[in-house]
Amino acid sequence: MDTVNNKTFLVGLYDDEETLLHAVKRIKTAGINISDALTPFPVHGLDEAMGVPETRLHTAGFVFGMTGFLFAILSMIAITTIDWKINYGGKPNLSLPSYIPITFELTVLFASVGMVITYFIRNGLSVFNSTEVIDERITDDRFALIFDAEEYKESTLEDIDHLLQDTGAVEIKVKEMKKYKNLNK
Amino acid sequence: MGHNYSSPLREPLITGKKSYSDITDDICKSTESAPPPLWWVAISISATLAIIGLLAIAWTIWQGIGVWGLNRTVGWAWDITNFVWWVGIGHAGTLISAILLLFRQKWRTGVNRAAEAMTIFAVVCAAVFPGIHMGRIWYSFFIFPYPNTRGGEGLSSLWPNFNSPLLWDVFAISTYLTVSLLFWYSGLVPDFATIRDRATGIRKKIYNVLAFGWQGKAKQWQRFESLSLVLAGLATPLVLSVHTIVSFDFATSVIPGWHTTIFPPYFVAGAIFSGFAMVLTLMIITRKVLNLEDYITIGHIESMNKVIVLTGSIVGVAYITELFVAWYSGNPYEQWVFFRNRIADPYLFGPMLGLEEGDHAPYWWAYWMMMTCNVISPQFFWFKKLRRSIVFTFILSIFINIGMWFERFVIIVTSLHRDFIPSAWTYYSPTIVEVLIYTGTLGIFFTLFLLFARTFPVIAIAEVKSILKTSGDQYVTDFEKADDKFFEEVESGAGELAGGLAGAKSYKK
Repeated sequence: MDTVNNKTFLVGLYDDEETLLHAVKRIKTAGINISDALTPFPVHGLDEAMGVPETRLHTAGFVFGMTGFLFAILSMIAITTIDWKINYGGKPNLSLPSYIPITFELTVLFASVGMVITYFIRNGLSVFNSTEVIDERITDDRFALIFDAEEYKESTLEDIDHLLQDTGAVEIKVKEMKKYKNLNK
Repeated sequence: MGHNYSSPLREPLITGKKSYSDITDDICKSTESAPPPLWWVAISISATLAIIGLLAIAWTIWQGIGVWGLNRTVGWAWDITNFVWWVGIGHAGTLISAILLLFRQKWRTGVNRAAEAMTIFAVVCAAVFPGIHMGRIWYSFFIFPYPNTRGGEGLSSLWPNFNSPLLWDVFAISTYLTVSLLFWYSGLVPDFATIRDRATGIRKKIYNVLAFGWQGKAKQWQRFESLSLVLAGLATPLVLSVHTIVSFDFATSVIPGWHTTIFPPYFVAGAIFSGFAMVLTLMIITRKVLNLEDYITIGHIESMNKVIVLTGSIVGVAYITELFVAWYSGNPYEQWVFFRNRIADPYLFGPMLGLEEGDHAPYWWAYWMMMTCNVISPQFFWFKKLRRSIVFTFILSIFINIGMWFERFVIIVTSLHRDFIPSAWTYYSPTIVEVLIYTGTLGIFFTLFLLFARTFPVIAIAEVKSILKTSGDQYVTDFEKADDKFFEEVESGAGELAGGLAGAKSYKK
């Protein structure tokens, strides 16, 4: 977690996702780390180019799903064989085939609800967020690369500025942010 | 930048040479202006119907379900018909957003948001019916399995029957509603952020809350895509399971006409069939009123009509299979239910079966209504001209929804009204209360959809942007004009498109 101190960011704005991808590759080749990239829609290959590690969200989904599966099947077995045995014309109390529908539904329910909650928490999304927007056009048609000024030497920042210009950034600016949580770390 | 290869066999999905910013403007516009007079007229009508429906529901609860036309022989009729009809309509939304995502059908991006909204509203309408049919609705919490003190002496709780398809249905429908809602909302978050960043004043505050502080970071999008894919993977078997379980409500019983093994696939196909019809009814109006013809093109309508002709034909095969199996079984009761009790009309099939005048099937008109609307009408969509005709599609989509309502009515009421003892045979007609509850749910559905259309992004903005470069009309290549120079340019420009390029090249040669 980053501190809540004021932070200064160097922001390069692009107007095309392909230009952005080329820029990311060039800046990375120059040995400069990019703090974050912000885009209006998912750009394929951007996370790889940025070096963002693969998400483990689907693993969480599997764990939640298994929890739901076990919860459903074990509680139904316990209820029908221990807690409340009903005699259906002498048929066995444990009738696994008829537990399949509910077990399936609860597996899906637990996996989905668990994953969505994990997704919101890990992505820092909440109704209580007071959003700081780096640039309002990022949700429209601008693709931003941002660099946390503290992390670079003065000379590197100049290099970044040149690189941004060279790679086709349509606008370069400096933005102060009160709090910015970098999810890539 | 290099060319984007796009198959020449596909028509563009976004027309009007849109830029990213145009897409934002076009889709956000409806949330940023005052609704037109027509909207007020529409919502007044639908809200009035909804209020009358709620009054009819209140009357039902106050008086008991004796105010409906049910009797001891027909204990289920319009309520369960409407329930199955609404749940079925909901299925198209999940099919579009989940199954077509797994199949990588790009045209789904134009319609998935509205179709998912439709799913949620339809499931809400469906949930009304089992609730009010319980009679003593204040005991409805009995269906939830939780440790309780209702078991009498000792420590046991009173549990619902886990072997009952009606309880499976409770789990299926509530899971379906929850998962659809989560899928829909997680997709909406980035689009709410788009509206937030354009809004001012109180609207900015509201959309700020709805957007959950979305910023569009690389990691956020990575997780977003992972979530969408896994939810789609979960929702795909879910949507198939929901109508399968709805069909179990009938198929696991011993009523001739109900205990049919083909019910699960037959119900699922019927659900998708009716759902797509409802999506078309809504989208044909929405695209016109909100000026979204560039995003929901004739191509989108044609794709949906292809799904209709496929699922409609599956439904037709299922109807005919039922008749064949009834005949082939050699079982006189099964044959009686299908031939004497369903298809025997007074004019053609009744006389053919040797029935005397007046001895025809009481609900023959419902059966033939179903056959005409569901089996014959979708066959018109084999013709490309008709698939691409907006007026024809609109009319047919309404026919299909009428037909699908009658399908459920036929299955439920005709199978029940002449049961095992002829002295109990009866005829069922709905009362005005039942009719008003049904029109009330239509009112609730359209009211919710109209509110959605003015406050939510009706098209998934981010998703449409992500297909612009491959499916926007200015990017679609005229294949016939592609020469060697073009291929060289593409090759040097975009490595990831090489696969498609190689295919195109070999095709050209």
